[in-house]
Amino acid sequence: MSLDQPKYKTTDEVDFVIIGSGAAGGILAKELSGNGFRVVVLEQGPYLTEKDFVHDEIKVLNQDLLTNHPELQPTTFRKTPQDKAKPQRALVYGRLVGGTSTHFTANFWRFHEIDFIERSKVGPIAGATLSDWPITYADLEPYYTKVEWEIGVSGLAGASPFDPPRSKPYPMPPLPVKSSGVIFERAARKLGWHPFPAPMAILSEPRPGRSACINCGFCLAFGCEVGAKSSSLATAIRMAEKTGRCEIRPNSYVHRIDLDANGRATGAVYFDAQRNVQRQKARAIVVCANGAETPRLLLLSANKQFPDGLANSSGYVGKNLMLNSGGVTTAVFDEPLNDYKGFAVSRILHDFYELDPDKVGFHGGGGLDARFDMTPIGFALSNLPPGSPRWGKAFKEVLSHNFTRSCEIFGHGTSLPVENNSFSLDADLKDAWGLPALRLTYKDHPDDLKLSAWLNARSAELVDAAGAKKIWAPPVQEQQFAVHLLGTCRMGNDPQTSVIDSDHRTHDVKNLFLCDGSSLVTSGRGQPTMTIEALAFRAADRITALAKRGDLPT
Amino acid sequence: MSARIIPTTDTPGAHEAGVIFFIDRALATFAKDDRKAYALGLPELQARVRELFPSIAKFSAATSEQQDQILQSLDDQSPGAGGRRSRRSTAAQTFFETVRVHTIMGFLIDPDSDKRGNRDGVGWKVIGREPEHMFRPPFGYYDKDYPGWQPNPPDTEKSKS
Repeated sequence: MSLDQPKYKTTDEVDFVIIGSGAAGGILAKELSGNGFRVVVLEQGPYLTEKDFVHDEIKVLNQDLLTNHPELQPTTFRKTPQDKAKPQRALVYGRLVGGTSTHFTANFWRFHEIDFIERSKVGPIAGATLSDWPITYADLEPYYTKVEWEIGVSGLAGASPFDPPRSKPYPMPPLPVKSSGVIFERAARKLGWHPFPAPMAILSEPRPGRSACINCGFCLAFGCEVGAKSSSLATAIRMAEKTGRCEIRPNSYVHRIDLDANGRATGAVYFDAQRNVQRQKARAIVVCANGAETPRLLLLSANKQFPDGLANSSGYVGKNLMLNSGGVTTAVFDEPLNDYKGFAVSRILHDFYELDPDKVGFHGGGGLDARFDMTPIGFALSNLPPGSPRWGKAFKEVLSHNFTRSCEIFGHGTSLPVENNSFSLDADLKDAWGLPALRLTYKDHPDDLKLSAWLNARSAELVDAAGAKKIWAPPVQEQQFAVHLLGTCRMGNDPQTSVIDSDHRTHDVKNLFLCDGSSLVTSGRGQPTMTIEALAFRAADRITALAKRGDLPT
Repeated sequence: MSARIIPTTDTPGAHEAGVIFFIDRALATFAKDDRKAYALGLPELQARVRELFPSIAKFSAATSEQQDQILQSLDDQSPGAGGRRSRRSTAAQTFFETVRVHTIMGFLIDPDSDKRGNRDGVGWKVIGREPEHMFRPPFGYYDKDYPGWQPNPPDTEKSKS
């Protein structure tokens, strides 16, 4: 934690309160404080640092060292609004300074042109609220480049014939290839596809205060102990602190945004570490709490003027949730890959980014990657082939043989927005602070399920062409667990069918901005964080321009 | 029981990894809630021993082969256990499954953690995970002769499916 941090009083009216310190919140904190504004970041989780990022699977995975805790913050799930929601763990996100970016896989795909204009291109789709974005790829391109250079993304420009145009190459070469990547590359080429080095938000070369990746092998779900993973914690938060104008206030769980009689947001009300209620005053508020907690906060902030939730005159707050589709195919090879070494993904392909619905019979598209993202205990408990022995000598034999010889092919694809798919407040269940729990309602659009099965079939073809000795994939099922949290406060020009405008300002409250996965209008092809960060850089420019021309009410 | 779940063969097993010390500590710390499964399951396990082998007083007095038979009778999920699948999960079955998971955890946990499992890193050695937390390429068999990135052959138009 930087010593340059100011300590603002809750009664000081700072320029901006930012709620959430993850992929978007970190960048907005850096940019807005860098532009001269006084900023307080309220983060519900703790402020952990690199020394806390251990490789203890029990502490990290079973005890939720870095993530939302199912006992403190229980959740419910139902398939449709007609069903009664049942208590079950429905989502996972990073709950610490840096948010989910501290423990993610770090796949950093840009969205392509099509992702912004798909509705115009393909027309209406039954059962979906597919819509164009109010901005295009060209609007966002400079900000994608900014993410790559300022936050740190490794990759190889021009390696994929399907890539959208870019104004600059990557700032550093791709990470080294893994055995899974070589297998993937050779087999894909045999099939006439176009594999290429994965763009990853992990350093292949050191940067000031940060090491290049040391290939420790505890990457997905773990924090990086050398700062190589380009999380907000390792990048934007540090830069924000250096401005001397940004205070990061951890253990601050915001549960209400207050409005004055003129409909202007005046501050954020939160529980501090001792569960005392505090209220931070601000001229404007930017909510970056993720695609589940952002709509939840708006719904929790319902008042006389907005009885259905703050900034929810459209009724779209929490709705049109997209989780991304896809599937996992696992393969075992003759020789050791030792893929447990290193980050997860070294090769991907985008040949299937835009599938022709007339040929495949459904709408959608996606990509494939080769990876190994498992750690020893998790692998032993859940990654042996179906029907394997579960204990005894035979279990030990298959475990010992497979651990070094396995890899996975992931399919990642579109989710169509469906109005009923949502995060909302559960009517009965409360969290440990007495607030209504999150309720996930989700039933995949039929095309998403068809796409997942189609991608699984390509993955199986690929590992078969690679000479795998054993191949299996769990059957495609409807999802009931959320990791990517997208579309729940979507951006648009029409206040009837969107929550924020293209400046990320809510249509209803002029000094309230939202920026995170909830802003996305479409789901992309499965890797949303790069776009969330590009949007955050762009939002910071837009908000700064509005503030400088006096367009924020005071 | 742990020593039958991951037995000592020509390589070390749960015994050599000190899994029992891991479980002791686990039940006093992060797995406190599982104490009940142990307390309820243990008497049922011993009852199962006497049911299958009337001449044997307790699990620890049985031979390895007999112990395997007893555990097999408690495992309702392994292949070949289908006949028992319809039976209600008993306390002994829950106990077995809890010990199975704890044994795997104690065998494969990062040996540098404070959990006291995976003594001397023997569990990782058995599965082929090298002990370091820092590696350099080449990592495995398939990338060791990789010639470096070559652009995709200029085939072709974008072959969209």
